[in-house]
Amino acid sequence: MTDPTLRIEGLHKRFEELEVLSGIDLEVDDHEVICLIGASGSGKSTLLRCIDLLEEIDQGRILLEGRDITSPDIDRNEVRRRIGIVFQAFNLFPHMTVRENVTLGPRKALRMPPAEASERADGLLARFGLADKADEYPDRLSGGQQQRVAIVRALAMQPDILLLDEVTSALDPVLVAEVLDAIRELAEQGMTMVIATHEMGFARDVAHRVAFLHEGKILEEGEPHRMFSEPEEPQTRLFLDRIIAAGRM
Amino acid sequence: MGSPGKEAYFPRGKPGMDPRFPLGPGNRRSRILGGGEGSRSVWVAVVSTLLFFAVVAILIVNSPGWSAPGGVRQLFFDREQFMSSLPKILGKFWRNVFIFCIAEVCVLTFSLLLAVMRSLPRGVFTPLRVLSSSYTILFRGLPTILVIAILGFGMPALELQGVPNSDYFWAIIALVLVYSAYVTEVYRAGIESIHPSQMAAARSLGLTRGQAMRHVILPQAVRRVVPPLLNDFIGLQKDSALVAFLGLTEGLRQAQITAATNFNFTPYLALALVYVVITVPQVLLVDRMIERDQRKRLAGGVA
Repeated sequence: MTDPTLRIEGLHKRFEELEVLSGIDLEVDDHEVICLIGASGSGKSTLLRCIDLLEEIDQGRILLEGRDITSPDIDRNEVRRRIGIVFQAFNLFPHMTVRENVTLGPRKALRMPPAEASERADGLLARFGLADKADEYPDRLSGGQQQRVAIVRALAMQPDILLLDEVTSALDPVLVAEVLDAIRELAEQGMTMVIATHEMGFARDVAHRVAFLHEGKILEEGEPHRMFSEPEEPQTRLFLDRIIAAGRM
Repeated sequence: MGSPGKEAYFPRGKPGMDPRFPLGPGNRRSRILGGGEGSRSVWVAVVSTLLFFAVVAILIVNSPGWSAPGGVRQLFFDREQFMSSLPKILGKFWRNVFIFCIAEVCVLTFSLLLAVMRSLPRGVFTPLRVLSSSYTILFRGLPTILVIAILGFGMPALELQGVPNSDYFWAIIALVLVYSAYVTEVYRAGIESIHPSQMAAARSLGLTRGQAMRHVILPQAVRRVVPPLLNDFIGLQKDSALVAFLGLTEGLRQAQITAATNFNFTPYLALALVYVVITVPQVLLVDRMIERDQRKRLAGGVA
């Protein structure tokens, strides 16, 4: 039996007095797509940031391919190179062109020769319909294009797992589809992903498993069809009812 | 003495303030309230300005001390004195240029180092952070001329081996120490104005803290603080005259000597003119840069 790509055990995270994550257990297998759903403030973003070691955790363990990445003697930069994350607000580097954004990680963190990094970047940009934007600066791009560049930037590191943190929440509604299509394509190609999202229709289509976060705990998880049609927990049902009432599903 | 106008530029030590936009909302031009377009208002402006200065000139020229023998006109506005002292002053003014050019390069690098030290995470690096912040606090509180006097007279007197004894050297060191304290704060404000999500994005790619600083944070931070940096350099250029205190014959000392020899103050005006010629274009450039940044921001542009 092989190790799962990602395994989280009893994860706790506190910001001062506020406990944001109170005992998260989650396993993500190779090529699996997991959607995290739940109200804002339920801890989805914090969970993703903890996995990428952007936040210190207070308790528990996170294992990447069987290796404890939260142990103190781990090289965190090396871990982050293997985990990709895409943020809600894109966080592109405004002083760099699209190509420079995408090649920065490979050039500096992987010490890849610039020509090779550019080649990889151009290939990925073409795949996501951004070939003609390589020399533009981010502020010349639409939100949807910027977010696709951010996805490409994360992919350029060839990560073992990709974390997506509400990547369509900051987008104009008409631009959401192009980003979701890009993620859908990644899922079809077998990218291992953990996706925090409010797009329930998308979660139902693309996820192998859906996990519902409530007050820092995974209250319920399961196969998407079952989760959306017959949730077991009353809190899950309440959340989904609200989503439907808001016309988001 | 120090550096007038610097504090007015933007309040120091207030983290998070965007150093690019130090001027209040009053600077924002309104087409209705103060645009001043249209040829009629231009004419009114020209005429009223000319009239104002004409009145001031007439008042000065007709004041009792103006044309009397030994009066202001003779003591400060003597054409012959001006023509003969200007080349002498210019000849020595190159020393000021030399001093502030060297000092500016040193200040740029030294204070960048200090600002980066200051932005290190707490913990092991706390001593470095404390060192950097106490330095900026101390040297922002000392009059520039005192630092010049203490180092310029004191250090050569120590007769240290292997350390230059020239007053040039110590004058430059003193200016670098004082101005680095201000420029460190400018850099720091720039670094802190870059949103933490940029650091997170850089680190998430596996870049080390140093790499993220070097490739992501600093390029953006430095771009934002160019106008206040230039402003500090204008101050440094003016303060290079304080070096005269050590007896080093630069522009001001030369003007003093010439004035004392001929019992006439015109050389000071000649020196003032030299300063105006080099600083005013820079001041205008800074103002234009700030205005441009502000326009960009009002238009909703980023960085």
